[in-house]
Amino acid sequence: MTVKEFIDKLLRRQPASAETAKERLQLVLAHDRSDLNPELLEQMRREILEVVARYVEIDLAEGDVSLETEDRVTALVANLPIRRPIAQPAKVETSEQQPAQA
Amino acid sequence: MSTTRTILICSGKGGVGKTTTTANLGIALARQGAKTVVLDADFGLRNLDLLLGLENRIVYTAQEVLAETCRLEQALVKHKQEPNLALLPAGNPRMLEWLKPKDMQAIVALLERQFDYVLIDCPAGIEDGFKNAAAAAREAVVITTPEVAAVRDADRVIGLLNTQGVQPVQLVLNRVRPKMMSNQEMLSVDDVTDILALPLLGLVFEDEQVIVSTNRGEPLTLSDSSSPAAQAYGNIAQRLQGEDVPLMDPSQARRGLRAKMRKLMQTRIF
Repeated sequence: MTVKEFIDKLLRRQPASAETAKERLQLVLAHDRSDLNPELLEQMRREILEVVARYVEIDLAEGDVSLETEDRVTALVANLPIRRPIAQPAKVETSEQQPAQA
Repeated sequence: MSTTRTILICSGKGGVGKTTTTANLGIALARQGAKTVVLDADFGLRNLDLLLGLENRIVYTAQEVLAETCRLEQALVKHKQEPNLALLPAGNPRMLEWLKPKDMQAIVALLERQFDYVLIDCPAGIEDGFKNAAAAAREAVVITTPEVAAVRDADRVIGLLNTQGVQPVQLVLNRVRPKMMSNQEMLSVDDVTDILALPLLGLVFEDEQVIVSTNRGEPLTLSDSSSPAAQAYGNIAQRLQGEDVPLMDPSQARRGLRAKMRKLMQTRIF
């Protein structure tokens, strides 16, 4: 390590590469394990948002659907901030009113 | 019901140390008194014979055993210095065209009759060669290094082993560089075990002596070498046998004063 690199690290100009490696691995493994490519995931995200938007007014810009992995179990996590419920929900058979966390 | 432990040594990615691990664990187990056979299942690119220094003593291979043109005893190559260890060499690469999982199972069934441990040196990749080898195994040791490509490929292999019902699957983290880990420039032991969610059977530090030993065809565990890798493989063999041996701690890896001085002299200032 040169002094320059050392100073960079000291000043946290760049995170240590192990952290970057871990983050990149976790992301790529979540996709590998679910066998979903980013394109399919994006399509699913749009469809989920569409369905949820029938019931509640959600913040489309803030909405986030992603894959998370822990202990070899991959979960589909949807985080959809609700602005307010829509007074007259569309007529679809369901009893769940808060599908905020999938 | 056989009490033989039939263990697949696999990794997904090539070049992470499957064959080196198989050779060293085989010798270490044999030295600890277990009757051990190492089976080279890498028919395309066989190398186990070379690392064990047995390449000039091969007469018959797994191929002739399967074709019943020789007896198993004729194909097994016994290690001269460590007679508890035998090698069943891989056959001709053309075997890949017809070899099926049931063929590997047949070979392993023969070996299980007379050995305590059957270590299967798996080919890289997740294609037919891997599937054939995995079909014959009861348990597995997955080798990986703290690098993104190796960890990703290990994850694919672990997924396949789970669906095949191979159990237990344990992890060996190979080629660990303690200094890079302490600088957080290499995935830590915890990072890798968290991501892969496997019990850690052992870790092996990067060690130049491994290359020296492969040059000679004498695995490190053959002598009472004090090199870090030799100790690590010995420990792993003991853990396989059920002994409770503490894991090495990368942060406690000793670095000699002389080595430190040499590093200092080579440090680029700017």
